[in-house]
Amino acid sequence: MKKKIFKVFLYLLLITYAGITLYPFLWALFASFKPYKEITEGALNLLPKEPTLAAFKALFLMDDNFLGWIRNSFFICTLGTVINVFLNSLAGYSLARLEYRGRNLIFNLILVTIMIPSQVLLIPNYIIIKSLGLLDSYAAILFPSAINATYIFMMRQFYINFPKSLEEAASIDGLGRIGIFFKIALPLAKTALATQGVFIFLGFWNEFIRPKLYLSTPSKYTLTVGIQSMMSRYGGITQWDHVMAASVISLVPILIIYIVLNKYFMKGIRMDGDK
Amino acid sequence: MNRKKLEALQGWSFISPALIVISIFVIGSIIFTIYISFHRVNLFTGYYEFIGLDNYKRLFNDTKVLIAFKNTLSFVAVVVPIQTFLAMVMASVLNAKIKGVKVFRIAYFLPTLTSSAALTMIFMFLFSLYGPINQIALQLNIINEPINFLNDAKVALKVIMSMNIWSTVPFFMVIYLAALQEVPEAIYEAARVDGATNVQQFFKITIPQLKPITTFVLLMGIIGTFQMFDQAYIFSNGSGGPENSTLTVALLSYRYAFGQNSTMGFAAAIALVLALLILVVSLIAQKLNKSDTLY
Repeated sequence: MKKKIFKVFLYLLLITYAGITLYPFLWALFASFKPYKEITEGALNLLPKEPTLAAFKALFLMDDNFLGWIRNSFFICTLGTVINVFLNSLAGYSLARLEYRGRNLIFNLILVTIMIPSQVLLIPNYIIIKSLGLLDSYAAILFPSAINATYIFMMRQFYINFPKSLEEAASIDGLGRIGIFFKIALPLAKTALATQGVFIFLGFWNEFIRPKLYLSTPSKYTLTVGIQSMMSRYGGITQWDHVMAASVISLVPILIIYIVLNKYFMKGIRMDGDK
Repeated sequence: MNRKKLEALQGWSFISPALIVISIFVIGSIIFTIYISFHRVNLFTGYYEFIGLDNYKRLFNDTKVLIAFKNTLSFVAVVVPIQTFLAMVMASVLNAKIKGVKVFRIAYFLPTLTSSAALTMIFMFLFSLYGPINQIALQLNIINEPINFLNDAKVALKVIMSMNIWSTVPFFMVIYLAALQEVPEAIYEAARVDGATNVQQFFKITIPQLKPITTFVLLMGIIGTFQMFDQAYIFSNGSGGPENSTLTVALLSYRYAFGQNSTMGFAAAIALVLALLILVVSLIAQKLNKSDTLY
């Protein structure tokens, strides 16, 4: 009996917490289908009384920039992820598999950079980007984050445990080092590549501070910066239905990736405990 | 060319893209930050005037610096303990052998996936004058008239604190959950045989067993909260208002660096002090939690 009560209590706790977690999202989702008037009424109904697509129409059909922001975000994320996955793997492979002087020093250097707060780097990075003439371009965002120390470390660990025999066999077959990397090391690291890819994509998609700092032309904004710019756009008044619709839309690609590539998310944070 | 030389050449060429980026944008940049912090910088003319320790001395005279550090420290002091404790409790609940846990886990993970921009917008909407938080509080007679959360200096930072706790707990919970699976079930069974209650088990077994992970979670929390920027920036539209109540150190440094005045050197000094503070607090937290098995 006592055990049963405890179980009910646990479920209540889980459900309450799920409610706390989901309520803001549901409120935002349904608010994006409410007419602006209904939002400012201050009623507590979650579901819209008069559902409307006005906010979505305003964003997709009337807003000059919104579609562009989505496109920009996708462009930066895709290119940034591809560059990262390739360069991180290349670096990780080099640190794990190739013998050369200075390798350990480089490895330690990369480890140290993981700990450095990004705040310290923002000012010098800005000056460097400016002197390279890259302000207001996507290169300003992509160049400094073309690699990621955490995932270089991850790929190094992966290739250290990678069976040597495969590479030796390929080498006997006359494959050079570059051939081995592209034909053996990369294809066989699919899971590790997908895991870092998922998190890198998420990181680029959600990034705010650097796009905000570097991109000054509104049509070049990413979605996060664009959404922020919708605040108080109309002389101090925020069109909450538009803002909520835009926020909900910004979540869609991430949710799709999360559902489709769930197993890589789990791998990335070792969530797969119940096997 | 012999084999060894060829391999060294390949090794260096494979690592060189990463090395170039790190040398310019991390290692070089840190040295550059230190250099900048001893200068008065005029970005338009490109003129760097050496002023010694003036930027550092100014830290003690600038009223905004004091406010920003106070805000940031209170943010860290409130958010980190609560997020760590909640994450640990929720992880142990999820670790209990009950059905449907997977569904909950997926739901809980949503805030971790969402951008700080969208999250802050959603929370500002929830806490706006006609938002549901005010309406619920009104209907429950907790308040008599709506609170202007977004423009009230007394509560603005608290809104950001609650949002930050709400959005970070799931991620840390997942880290704890992974660690909990490694705790041998036999320890709990033995405790139950001895008549330990669930609460006792939590305090006497779960918390001590999770100590190394707690160190890790504390460090991640400290590093994250000390650098809080996005939410404060979006919440206040970059101003740190109302009345500097959401002005964090990171936001202040940003404002001094990229504002109209030539205060980039001062901003660099602020950022460096913040980095040093993060380092010191992290070391203290690690010491207090007395755990040397971080990895």
